[in-house]
Amino acid sequence: MTKTHVTTTINGDVTEFLCEPGDTLLDVLRNELQLMGTKEGCSSGDCGACSVTVNDRLVCSCLVLGVEAEGAEIGTIEGIADNDKLHVLQEKFLEHAALQCGICTPGLIVSAKALLDENPSPTEDETRYWLAGNLCRCTGYDKVIRAVLDAAETMREGA
Amino acid sequence: MVSVVYEAPDTIEGAVTLLAGSDIPANVLAGGTDLIIQTRASRDAERLLVDVKKIPGMSDANLVDGALELGPSMSCAEFTARENIRAVYPGLVEAASLIGSTQVQGRASVGGNLCNSSPAADTIPALIVNSAECVIVGPGGERTVAVEDFVTGVGANCMEKGELLKLIRVPAPEANTQDAYLRFIPRTEMDIAVAGAGVSITLDDKGNCTAAKVAIGAVAPTAILVPAAAEALIGTDLNDDVLQVAADAATEASSPITDRRGTIEFRRHVVGVLVKRAIKIAADRVKGVRT
Ligand SMILES: Cc1cc2nc3c(=O)[nH]c(=O)nc-3n(C[C@H](O)[C@H](O)[C@H](O)COP(=O)(O)OP(=O)(O)OC[C@H]3O[C@@H](n4cnc5c(N)ncnc54)[C@H](O)[C@@H]3O)c2cc1C
Ligand code: FES
Ligand code: FES
Repeated sequence: MTKTHVTTTINGDVTEFLCEPGDTLLDVLRNELQLMGTKEGCSSGDCGACSVTVNDRLVCSCLVLGVEAEGAEIGTIEGIADNDKLHVLQEKFLEHAALQCGICTPGLIVSAKALLDENPSPTEDETRYWLAGNLCRCTGYDKVIRAVLDAAETMREGA
Repeated sequence: MVSVVYEAPDTIEGAVTLLAGSDIPANVLAGGTDLIIQTRASRDAERLLVDVKKIPGMSDANLVDGALELGPSMSCAEFTARENIRAVYPGLVEAASLIGSTQVQGRASVGGNLCNSSPAADTIPALIVNSAECVIVGPGGERTVAVEDFVTGVGANCMEKGELLKLIRVPAPEANTQDAYLRFIPRTEMDIAVAGAGVSITLDDKGNCTAAKVAIGAVAPTAILVPAAAEALIGTDLNDDVLQVAADAATEASSPITDRRGTIEFRRHVVGVLVKRAIKIAADRVKGVRT
């Protein structure tokens, strides 16, 4: 089977890769590009651990083909921090102890950032609904919601 | 593991030629939220996936003289953000917004929901009560099929090899008409309908019902229209007795199965409750007391 050549932009950098047409974007990120921050939980769209943005739209990378990345702009967890400086969301997750095992955390941060990009002052309800596709087996969600709402407030004050 | 052949033509003709000429199983790829999972689970040696999202118009939505011309592959996230469309078909937009999580919304399309033809597909009852039509193209040309005739069974529809859904056309609602869609799921988010109900209601100045459509989902092999429920409403002021007659008609028309999400008895009861509540919502929308 011949591999397909794909040119895409990941976290602002033009990136090229080869993949099988049946490989998911998640497979490509982890196995071809060694971007291991994006996690695989279910591979069926249920857990959100694989959340990334494609052209600024939040999606599950397990339900996107790698070949569909051609010409697109992909955003992953690796692009959230500014080099060594953590994003406010990342700081607030640490501060609020909003993670334990950490498997869900990259997906949650990518999803929460997409929420705050679209709506800088979400209500608690809006935040819970937006993040309903990100499953966490450890935290019980409450600390996650506190962290996101606190980050939103901090970002609004900084803006 | 299935070996995938991927094509992304930029014209409808190109897509039809690929689909019709394929000697391996071939599918249209829209958002992939059903298809990528199904492909991974398939026992086929090879599969052709024809990505139609690069074809102009497949992901557009326009209101033309009050009627909706919906490109079947537009993502639900984009569709539900169109306030002008929500203003005309709030029930249809609500149905689309119920599909999956934020992430799934980012890819899932109304056309994919329809073509996947699951009995529990949320948009199908809402499309039916809005008298929506499917414009299908294939090697033999173009044809138009009403949504209620499109789905023929569990996961089955009337499209033949080489055909694809090009457009969903929703006529402009009559004056003083509104729609609504409700479903029951055991949780508040991220689940598939145990029962669903779509309605469209037209009222005169005095609040009497002059036209109605009721469709139910997830309680039969396909979503179905319930003409007896609509007939019970027409010519009445939609009082509680009338709503109960419509609810009973929906229960009567249903033929659900028992699965881990709900029993036959529960589904038959709940579908009636949903019909009553959806009628009230649509009527309140006509009266302007809710959006
Ligand atoms: C986590 C999760 C939650 C979900 N929740 C819901 C829910 O609450 N309610 C619900 O109804 N569904 C739900 N779904 C199912 C799915 O998301 C929807 O059915 C969605 O609308 C499918 O759209 P798509 O664009 O992803 O279709 P795809 O997966 O791309 O396609 C689905 C099928 O339709 C065919 N197809 C698509 N477009 C066309 C076309 N233009 N012409 C011909 N054939 C076409 C494909 O070949 C395939 O057979 C969920 C899925 C996931 C993964
Ligand atoms: S791995 Fe993609 S949603 Fe779970
Ligand atoms: S921290 Fe373990 S799954 Fe969320």
